[in-house]
Amino acid sequence: MNGGRVMGEMMSKVKVSTTINGDPVEYLCDAEETLLDVLRDHLGLTGAKEGCGTGDCGACSVVVDGRVVCSCLVLGAEAEGRKVTTVEGLATGDRLHPLQQKFLEFAALQCGVCTPGFLVAAKALLDRNPDPTETEIRFGLAGNLCRCTGYDKIVRAVQAAAAEMRKG
Amino acid sequence: MALVKLSGTLRSAAGGLTELEIDAPNIHQLLLKLAEQHPKLKPVLDRGVSVAVDGEIYRDDRFRPLPAGSEVFILPRMAGG
Amino acid sequence: MPLDATIDPATHKFALVGTRPLRPDGIDKVTGRARFGADASAPGMLVGKILRSPHAHARIRAIDTSKAAKLPGVKAIVTRADFKEGDPGLRDVLHNVMARDKALYDGHAVAAVAATSAAVARKALKLIRVDYEILPHVTDVDEAMKPGAPVLHADMITANVEPAPKKASNIASRCEFGHGDPEIGFKQADLVIARSFKTEATHQGYIEPHACLASVGSDGQGELWVCTQGHYMVRNQCASLLGMDVSKLRVTASEIGGGFGGKTTVFIEPVALALSRKAGRPVKLVMSREEVFRASGPTSSASMDVKIGVTKDGRITAGTAEIRFQGGAFAGSPVEFGAMSAFACYDLEHVKTVGYDVVTNRPKQAAYRAPGAPMVAFAVESVLDELAKKIGMDPIELRLKNAAKEGTRSSYGPKYKRIGLIECLEAARRHPHYKAPLGPNQGRGIAAGFWFNFGGQTCVSLNVNVDGTVALAVGTPDIGGSRASMCLIAAEELGIGYEQVRAIVADTSSLGYNDISEGSRVTFSTGLAVIQAARDATAKLCARAAKTWGIAPDAVVWEKGYAKPASPNAGSFAPLSLADIAKTAGSTGGPIAGHCEVNAEGAGVSFAVHMTDAEVDRETGRVEIKRYTVVQDAGKAIHPSYVEGQYQGGAAQGIGWAINEEYVYGRDGRLQNPGFLDYRIPVASDLPMIDTVIVETPNPGHPYGVRGVGETSIVPPLAAVANAVSAAAGVRLSELPMAPPRVLAAIDAAASRRS
Repeated sequence: MNGGRVMGEMMSKVKVSTTINGDPVEYLCDAEETLLDVLRDHLGLTGAKEGCGTGDCGACSVVVDGRVVCSCLVLGAEAEGRKVTTVEGLATGDRLHPLQQKFLEFAALQCGVCTPGFLVAAKALLDRNPDPTETEIRFGLAGNLCRCTGYDKIVRAVQAAAAEMRKG
Repeated sequence: MALVKLSGTLRSAAGGLTELEIDAPNIHQLLLKLAEQHPKLKPVLDRGVSVAVDGEIYRDDRFRPLPAGSEVFILPRMAGG
Repeated sequence: MPLDATIDPATHKFALVGTRPLRPDGIDKVTGRARFGADASAPGMLVGKILRSPHAHARIRAIDTSKAAKLPGVKAIVTRADFKEGDPGLRDVLHNVMARDKALYDGHAVAAVAATSAAVARKALKLIRVDYEILPHVTDVDEAMKPGAPVLHADMITANVEPAPKKASNIASRCEFGHGDPEIGFKQADLVIARSFKTEATHQGYIEPHACLASVGSDGQGELWVCTQGHYMVRNQCASLLGMDVSKLRVTASEIGGGFGGKTTVFIEPVALALSRKAGRPVKLVMSREEVFRASGPTSSASMDVKIGVTKDGRITAGTAEIRFQGGAFAGSPVEFGAMSAFACYDLEHVKTVGYDVVTNRPKQAAYRAPGAPMVAFAVESVLDELAKKIGMDPIELRLKNAAKEGTRSSYGPKYKRIGLIECLEAARRHPHYKAPLGPNQGRGIAAGFWFNFGGQTCVSLNVNVDGTVALAVGTPDIGGSRASMCLIAAEELGIGYEQVRAIVADTSSLGYNDISEGSRVTFSTGLAVIQAARDATAKLCARAAKTWGIAPDAVVWEKGYAKPASPNAGSFAPLSLADIAKTAGSTGGPIAGHCEVNAEGAGVSFAVHMTDAEVDRETGRVEIKRYTVVQDAGKAIHPSYVEGQYQGGAAQGIGWAINEEYVYGRDGRLQNPGFLDYRIPVASDLPMIDTVIVETPNPGHPYGVRGVGETSIVPPLAAVANAVSAAAGVRLSELPMAPPRVLAAIDAAASRRS
């Protein structure tokens, strides 16, 4: 978190209209608040995690207009008029996204705190490249840190999900 | 009788003794007698120790019986990550 | 509870143990619903923040909080005066939680505030005036041991040295282990190699920073939600540091985003409780990543001298090691475990290890996966690698010739029970990786590793529900999928389906005391307690069936989920399932539950052998890990996927430790790289797939033969990678991390020696 402007609550709030996981959302936020703060503290979407606050770990990854971003590096005000997808938006009702299913089947998580970020980043990767090589997966997910798994099972889960999604 | 072997760390506190025989029914009694016979060992024992009996390391179970002729090592209290 | 006489894990056909069902907490973790430390909130919640020393070593003359207190929105400020002194067992814990007269490292907490927003809390920290008298500092272990080094603690007299030194120093204690006479052994050797090694401090690097939500009422009752490896430890320590009754503090373990030993003590929890008590409102306190690096526990850094002698035919005649660990500003580095484990893989007639526990102006080290063992394995296994090369022997063959086995006297004293090192070495030698061809500028390294494991205090409750399902309450936070393993074990014992058991991590008021999830103990000891609790429950289920049938309780046996008459003599009755008995429990004697409270002992030690291929770029010194294989003894793998996960994760962390990760201190004693950009842990593109081989040499101390697996996997990789890099670079690397500048310098130095 930057030291930034202090006395946030004394400043006038910014009104933002945006779309999150397909739903129209309006919120007020401080000019200095990050999108991650807004998601977690104002909207109750705590799936995105703050692992570093400096854009190095990817635990806060969300998709904004089709692009993966670290929501800790985006201001809440910047979401105005955009489409934001978080981990909470991956499943459809009680039906998991193939990536979510394969992460479970391949034991691709241990503690699970990095998992939301990995799922969001992997979905963006597969949306862009439905048939990535192992190397493409590894570089595509290089912005996301996992300390538990050594990435082996994560890469295999993404490969399996990609194969299933190509079958349609 | 249990044969208590002292590692280098404890050896100096016990005046250079490398091993000694102690008659005790369990680990608890053995530690009490050890501290009684060698008061300089007491602070080391009080800091917390594990006790190996015939190759098995006991961290907590002070009432583990000591079979006759068992070989006992006093080790640092086990910890881990 | 020893290995079951009725179960031979090698041949027994388990119904569920050894299968790979989906984990019970999985859906929550892939949908973002799982609640971690920072994911909780409470009505009226304040934000807590901690003021930290910018100096490595400074006397605190005065702290003036008056200006901060006047800032609108500030609800509480605490300093050391707000904590209860006097518990000798927690003296250093409290010093570390909040400094008193001296700040001992960059990042040491000196005060804290609770305010209505993060912005106000940050502003308030800036208004607190601390009057520091800056003192000389020391951060290197060898420098800290020199006479004339700045002394951190005026009362630190080196322990276990006779006669006791007269003067205070930074050497907290000395330890020594071994047997025989190494001087005799070295005389018998055909070749003796002595080398010195250094490793830097590394951080556990869990992705979730420390976080908690504390709430203390004016009646003195408190609640704490926290990510920790041990919520009972948190409860007991916080209650003591705040002068509360243990019964008045209820601690709930949140989902935990990694620990690896780093969440086995308290840092922010007592501070959040003190702030909440003073403010009369809930306080949430979350560390920033920078705070995690500067002020939570990294591992020790090490400086080591190792000497080993061998005969021409590969018999080790003697080994010695002197190891010096700095463990930050307080005594307690894991140097004893380092000294004990240094030669634990080998059967030696003459062995001696000496260790020194040293304090420096760095954060107090915390446990990190097999604390103390990876560094010494790096040193010892490097020398063995060099000896093997010099006598022209295959490195696995050299290790096999000297490997410890059942009955071997360990280098730390006791004789081993049944162990699986030879099985691991043989499995490694058989693995296709070992014979695969290497490319240009590539080298292969292998290394063995040892870790103790332990059991500890454990308590489990197993409640049989009216519909025949089972609620299992354990008290060990699930740091890597243990709820799945516990459900498997309970279902195996009860003879019901995996899905019919639901395991939770109970809060401290709902279940008796449990030791921390550490020491690779959870699957071993909580698993052992689950077996006993399930058997307690099946005995009661049998008694209910006996009552129903009007026969003696001991005439009923539990088999594959059913109560049955023990023999035809007992009578002829249709078997009753768990669900049948549960349905009528209300009228046959009331609720049915199984319990177990135990000092779990008999964890048994464990061994691993790693091999890896590294490629060195001779222009830049960059190291790339091309292939990696882990072979480790699990005793019995309950859920093999999560055993493999522990193997792979340990290897990945070890690779990071070997080639990238290090704490970098400036001349000012400040940490230069407190962030994931400059402290670089491995990312997906840094690593290959990590192959695993699960060896199963049953542990005689567990009913199913289980050994802990969480820690041993980080012991061999530092050495395995160093041996591979040394082979690829053509020069021995003896300092970690093997970052490009260091590798390049070694290559250049070797070239200039040759020319």
